[in-house]
Amino acid sequence: MLAFLAKGLFRDRSRSLFPLLTVAVGVSLVVLLDAYQRGAMDGMFRAMSSFVTGHLRVTTRAYAKAGADASNDLALFGVDSMLAELKQDFPEVTWTPRTRFGGLVDVPDSTGNTRVQAPAAGLAVDLSEASPERRILRLDKSLASGRLPSAPGEVLLSDDFARRLGVKLGDKVTLVSSTMNGSIAIWNFILSGTVRFGISAMDRAAMLCDIGDIQQALDMPDAADELLGFLPREQYDDKAATRLAAKYNTERATKDEYAPIMQTMRSASGLGSMFELLDSAAALILTIFVVAMAVVLWNAGLMGSLRRYGEIGVRLAIGESKGAVYRSLLAEAFLVGLVGSAIGTAIGLGFSFYLQEVGFNIAGMMRNATMVIDDVIRARIAPTSFIVGFLPGLLATFLGAAISGLGVYKRQTAMLAKELGS
Amino acid sequence: MSRGATVRFLAYLCSSAFICGLLSFVAAETPTGESILNKVDENNYADTRVAVSQMVIHLARNTRTVRAKSWVKGSDKSFTEFLYPPRDKGTKMLKLGDELWTYTPSTDRTIKISGSMLRQSVMGSDLSYEDMMEDRKLVDEYDAKVAESDTLLGRECWVLELTAKTPDVSYHSRKIWVDKERYVPLRENRYAKSGKLLKTTEVKSVSLRQGRWVADHVSFKDALKTGAGTEFVLDSIRLNVPIPDYVFSKAALKK
Repeated sequence: MLAFLAKGLFRDRSRSLFPLLTVAVGVSLVVLLDAYQRGAMDGMFRAMSSFVTGHLRVTTRAYAKAGADASNDLALFGVDSMLAELKQDFPEVTWTPRTRFGGLVDVPDSTGNTRVQAPAAGLAVDLSEASPERRILRLDKSLASGRLPSAPGEVLLSDDFARRLGVKLGDKVTLVSSTMNGSIAIWNFILSGTVRFGISAMDRAAMLCDIGDIQQALDMPDAADELLGFLPREQYDDKAATRLAAKYNTERATKDEYAPIMQTMRSASGLGSMFELLDSAAALILTIFVVAMAVVLWNAGLMGSLRRYGEIGVRLAIGESKGAVYRSLLAEAFLVGLVGSAIGTAIGLGFSFYLQEVGFNIAGMMRNATMVIDDVIRARIAPTSFIVGFLPGLLATFLGAAISGLGVYKRQTAMLAKELGS
Repeated sequence: MSRGATVRFLAYLCSSAFICGLLSFVAAETPTGESILNKVDENNYADTRVAVSQMVIHLARNTRTVRAKSWVKGSDKSFTEFLYPPRDKGTKMLKLGDELWTYTPSTDRTIKISGSMLRQSVMGSDLSYEDMMEDRKLVDEYDAKVAESDTLLGRECWVLELTAKTPDVSYHSRKIWVDKERYVPLRENRYAKSGKLLKTTEVKSVSLRQGRWVADHVSFKDALKTGAGTEFVLDSIRLNVPIPDYVFSKAALKK
């Protein structure tokens, strides 16, 4: 029977084309949506973890509590010993210190007087040769001109910022900021290179320097705002992160507001609700898709049944049982779902692959954004991409046919001759 | 008129006269807000001042002391050199009118402090650069109203409510307690336009220097900042001494 139905599928297009197209379009959209959502979230989480929170973050309790208003006076003291302790206690995690700072970048003229000034958003990281930051921040890839700092007092500026300030490689730039005690901090740097991270919030006015320099400039000896931890393969695992943070915090339970506390990316980013939403988003999308497709295909099935009213009547009239007719409708729907889902998955994967390689540039929309997110959003094809649309496509078609096909049982054999006559 | 009514009428006249007399006496004894501010400015103002002072800054996590020497001429020119701690030693600041520059020997750079940076803390204290630059006479900037009398440090004070005459001042309104005899403000609350308290100052001691009453130990507290405030201690002051003009030049910053 399957061979017969399969022939019907391709030869009797008036019967199967509409359900097939519906399934294929629906499935391709789901595959594309799933891959795009995964890619966008990957990009956002990568940018967020690399530049802002890490997968784990150790700060003082006061710093964590202050959130976006946190300042350097709430920094951790004794970071060298803390780092050593963290590396020993959590060897699977890559730890690195960071300090954020704001201030003015002041560029002198030939007489040493201010030529131009502009506010900068600073990030101090370990820029030594062996530092994991080079990998985490993709510094080699992000370098737009010059080279990474290799000597004390060298600094990187975002490329756009350097152009706006009119500074060239080797020029002196002065940071005017605050020490962790709140007094004015003025420190000279030499521009060794410019970077372009592809993140508008970072590329607008970023200053990147070595944490050793900033410890001197901001009078923060052996201090840092935060110690960031990155899980193996730089993949965030909320369960593992939560377990490690709980272990650390349990061993250091205290009410001292300057005592260290470990937070997961989920809690440190303030995006906990987004994480929860994303956790259920895939299931939600699939549910909506299955329900919507089932309704559409039920409707399609009804229309098909109406169109095939005579055919079903004849089949019943010549003695085919209602169960056999119903089963053949289900088998037909299964075939439509199978082929439609396969075509839809292939089309969806095709578009997803294009978006994965080329991406979708949203830089124009991110000009004034403060959120750390990649300017190019890319899709990501994962093993689930192959089934995320396929299974629901199959299921929805089957369900639609199952519901609409129930009409077969409402047909009264005694009325068939009359119906066929009319 | 009966004898009793006559007595009551006379008593009424006497008491009315007493109350009127008392009221006119009080009115005559309460100076206007403007006249009090004039006397405060008169006590504060000197042609030149050379002072050595220290600020004990009580931060949230530690306490630090900053020592500085300053030269002031009129209300427009001032020059400050930081003497302590070693990290800040040699840092200099020059104020000429509404402009402020700072010089740090470690960078050999002279930077103009402007815009929002003027609201930043000076050396981590509870004083901002705007506070430091504030040398104009109070009477030129504020309308004053006498609100009440009070006693502080065992001294009788007028409590004045000041409202800015122009919008370009750092604090929209102030409440100051002025010693009735010495015309030294002993306490001050400074407010934003919204009425939010921004800063308080509390004089701990006053001394007579070259015939003027000078607050030599003052506690400042930035209401928006953590920490226990900043104590300003005046080590020495010389008034109306000659100061060469080159002190108030940008070239002097690098010397």
